[in-house]
Amino acid sequence: MTTSESDRSSQPPYRYPDYVSTRLRAPTQPPIRIPGFSSRHAGPALDDSALSPLDADLTRNGRRNGEPVGERIIVTGRIIDEIGRPVPGALLEIWQANAAGRYIQPTDQHDAPLDPNFLGTGRCRSDATGHYGFRTIKPGAYPWQNHPNAWRPNHIHLSLFGPDFGSRLVTQMYFQGDPLLPLDPIFNSVPEDARDLLVAQFELDRTEPGVALAFRFDIVLRGPRATPREA
Amino acid sequence: MPRQTPSQTIGPFFGFGLAPDQYGFAGTAVGSGTVAADQVAGQRIRVVGRVFDGAGAVIPDALIEIWQADAAGRCDGFANEPPSGRSGAPFTGFGRAGTGARSDGRFEFDTIKPGSVDGLQAPHLQVTLFMRGLLRHVVTRVYFADEHEANLRDPVLCAVPRNRRDTLIARCDDAHSSHTYSFDIHMQGERETVFFDV
Repeated sequence: MTTSESDRSSQPPYRYPDYVSTRLRAPTQPPIRIPGFSSRHAGPALDDSALSPLDADLTRNGRRNGEPVGERIIVTGRIIDEIGRPVPGALLEIWQANAAGRYIQPTDQHDAPLDPNFLGTGRCRSDATGHYGFRTIKPGAYPWQNHPNAWRPNHIHLSLFGPDFGSRLVTQMYFQGDPLLPLDPIFNSVPEDARDLLVAQFELDRTEPGVALAFRFDIVLRGPRATPREA
Repeated sequence: MPRQTPSQTIGPFFGFGLAPDQYGFAGTAVGSGTVAADQVAGQRIRVVGRVFDGAGAVIPDALIEIWQADAAGRCDGFANEPPSGRSGAPFTGFGRAGTGARSDGRFEFDTIKPGSVDGLQAPHLQVTLFMRGLLRHVVTRVYFADEHEANLRDPVLCAVPRNRRDTLIARCDDAHSSHTYSFDIHMQGERETVFFDV
């Protein structure tokens, strides 16, 4: 199967000066196009033995002496490709701040409490119909150094491996109605008409009454733009 | 037609989630700096390097993923076999290293020299690079300086302007008997690494 010209109209540029860190890190030369390059390379065959069932429940996988603090949420969605076909077996890796807006990574110096019962990391795979789901704590907003009084909106980091090398995606999932969204240069780096694609929608039908709210976040992985051809 | 979900930066705090074993946390990762276990056939090599920003500073919060063929040039991908069937595979060809795992910002991969995947391309590692300040990942390749003849014929290297090809070629450090190759990545500047649109 080949991946032809790709629609990049929803993607952010490399250089986006309002996000200050792009200034010295964005490549300045255009990438060199090599037709057929990604079709020669499927993608890595990842070792499934690393996954455990608890990986998809971040409200449980870090417990030491109690439950994590914060608002429990269920995140579900469907992963499809650019022609609308479900992507089964995609690997999602998840990492996020806790309810207070603090990561367990030691380089995070934000003066907000760590939660002894929350790691903030997990994994899951999409099923045969492309659906995935995980349970977590809604992450808090936190300040950062980009500009005076800068705050990141609530977000969950996601890393995905799809069916080929070209479908690799690292992104961030945001929450409907967050007042910090219009102020965030990382979110705003995405073309305006595509920003909604990063915003999870509240979904009453999937909430677990008395236990957890639910948000839906569908994901579209790159490829294939050409007509699929059976091997 | 569905539109692609936009990419966002990996941010500075991915280590505990994507490479917990390298950043001092419990838990396993889907890839590490040890790409080939001892029983995998092939010539043992180590590939080391650092990532530099446009001011020449070492970038301490980048994540590098490599993907490569085995010594015979086989490259069994995710697309060819359901991932669940790959459990415990001795050689996935996939590696992952964060540059914040060591105080000097170096990444290290212990692997085997890949074979040519199709008889045309020179041995190489496929590299995907993520970091804070990079809104979309970039893709490059590591070729090997001691594969000079094969490199001259490689169709991908030949598509790169001659004066930039050196940015893709890992130097063999003769001081090490263990075949250590050095491959630095420059995001900007005179030696800006060639990135591919794939």
